[in-house]
Amino acid sequence: MIASEPTRLTLGEVLADSRVMAARQLRKTLRKPVYVIFAFVQPVMFVLLFRFVFGGAIDTGDVDYVDFLMPGIIVQTAVFGALMTGIGLNTDVATGVVDRFRSLPISRSAVLFGRTAADIVQNVMTLIVMMLVGIAVGFRPSEPVWSIAFALLIVLAFSYTFSWISAFVGLSVKDPETAQSAGFIWVFPLTFVSSAFVPAESMPDWLEAFANINPITLVVDTVRALMIGEGEVTGPLLGTTAWLVGLLAVFVPLSMRAFRRA
Amino acid sequence: MTAAIQAEGVRQTFGDVVALDGLDLTVEAGTVFGLLGPNGAGKTTLVEVLSTLLEPTGGCARILGHDVVAEPLAVRRRIGLAGQFAAVDEELTGRENLEMVGRLYRLPVREAKARAADVLERFGLTEAADRRVSTYSGGMRRRLDLGASLTGRPPVMLLDEPTTGLDPRTRQELWNTVDQLRRDGTTVLLTTQYLEEADRLAQRIAVVDHGKIAAEGTAKELKATVGAEVLSVRVDPTHSADAAAVLADLTDEPIVDAVAGEIRLAITNPSASAEAVRRLDSNGLPIAAIELQQPSLDDVFLTLTGKKAA
Repeated sequence: MIASEPTRLTLGEVLADSRVMAARQLRKTLRKPVYVIFAFVQPVMFVLLFRFVFGGAIDTGDVDYVDFLMPGIIVQTAVFGALMTGIGLNTDVATGVVDRFRSLPISRSAVLFGRTAADIVQNVMTLIVMMLVGIAVGFRPSEPVWSIAFALLIVLAFSYTFSWISAFVGLSVKDPETAQSAGFIWVFPLTFVSSAFVPAESMPDWLEAFANINPITLVVDTVRALMIGEGEVTGPLLGTTAWLVGLLAVFVPLSMRAFRRA
Repeated sequence: MTAAIQAEGVRQTFGDVVALDGLDLTVEAGTVFGLLGPNGAGKTTLVEVLSTLLEPTGGCARILGHDVVAEPLAVRRRIGLAGQFAAVDEELTGRENLEMVGRLYRLPVREAKARAADVLERFGLTEAADRRVSTYSGGMRRRLDLGASLTGRPPVMLLDEPTTGLDPRTRQELWNTVDQLRRDGTTVLLTTQYLEEADRLAQRIAVVDHGKIAAEGTAKELKATVGAEVLSVRVDPTHSADAAAVLADLTDEPIVDAVAGEIRLAITNPSASAEAVRRLDSNGLPIAAIELQQPSLDDVFLTLTGKKAA
């Protein structure tokens, strides 16, 4: 080394870089209003489909199906939203813009932290729309506002965690198209074999066993308890927290590694 | 004098493929150095190693004394990279791209804006500044990319085939920019497939082939390795094989372009031209054109790599 100059970045610098990255992402999203609108079409169609088409045939006991359904669909939307993280990162690598970032004296993790942070902001908008759509089709949460807000916060944390899984998948595959289909491969079974749309008890035993440990079931049960007072909170909340911490501990470093190699 | 760029025995393998095979290179500060080589010679890999994008499998490289593996951050503070493909964000405007890069160099907002405006002006992009890059032409993107790499005012610029695929006017502009950089004291490493470009811009040139430096020197020195002069004889293309056979013993290795009917001979003896004319004439091979030339870098390239340059 010639002169003594900092060989590591300070936390402040990492945060500043991440902020620039997040601003870039949000600016790009807001520039595509049509894309934003279409992003809401799919979840809204799911709401209408389950509320009015399948809903009548699904037995949820004393609970109105729409009240049962909305926590599930909110979580599903958040998970599907997380898929965009991986697709977007893969596109950045493919277009070469990541090479520019990597040749700059910035924190390499800022690219990932910035992107996932921007995705949180986008998810907040999505959650607001989903709550409004739910209320329009008859969703009536019975619990106090703070409880509902807490539930939405958990959904955001969950979506953030899944963004990192999605980032890892997106950075490990070759092109954006593969990132898209690879994302659905793990997300689809996970969302549908859970308590999101039907009670887990209605499944065959072996499937129910899977559904019961599925993180999506745990989050949905937590949200249901916090929004409509259905079931107990503590168990699913602890399960959810354990999953989130565990998944982040695994996928944040894995994504960083995949990013260095991409 | 400290070397701005130094590579010692750099090796890079991808599985069985050897991209760099113990490459040594020294670039003096404040000079323009041309790295000349065919596709697949390892030029881009070297640039990726020097810009910390790739960790070399073996050997070491330093930028202004800072090791690319041990001190990547110090290296990145000192380099600007413009690659073969424009690394700009298509969905942002030109100005936004530059301001973002400025912010990533941790410039204050005001300074980032000022530099962006400056770069846009310098590269003739002011008018298109607030349009999305997706509407830009290939040349405009490349200019923006180069501008982005200059935003941090780095002392060392790494330009990987900066003019590949550019129209002649844009290429000329880029050449002027490189001249300007040199006048400002920036060290430039430039890779190219174009001999003309290396000849025009670089003070020193290295020919890379199969991941190694095949020859290095000034353009003049490299040309001298070929021979004193080059005799170019043009015949009807159908006669090129016969003509080459007739002239074969006048030089070590005549270079034959059968399509154009051109035979190039590196000669040391001035009487060889007269001898060539005599032989062709007596064998009934009409000469379409004959010319005595200074050796070009093409000749160097061919002599060293056995391949025709792009």
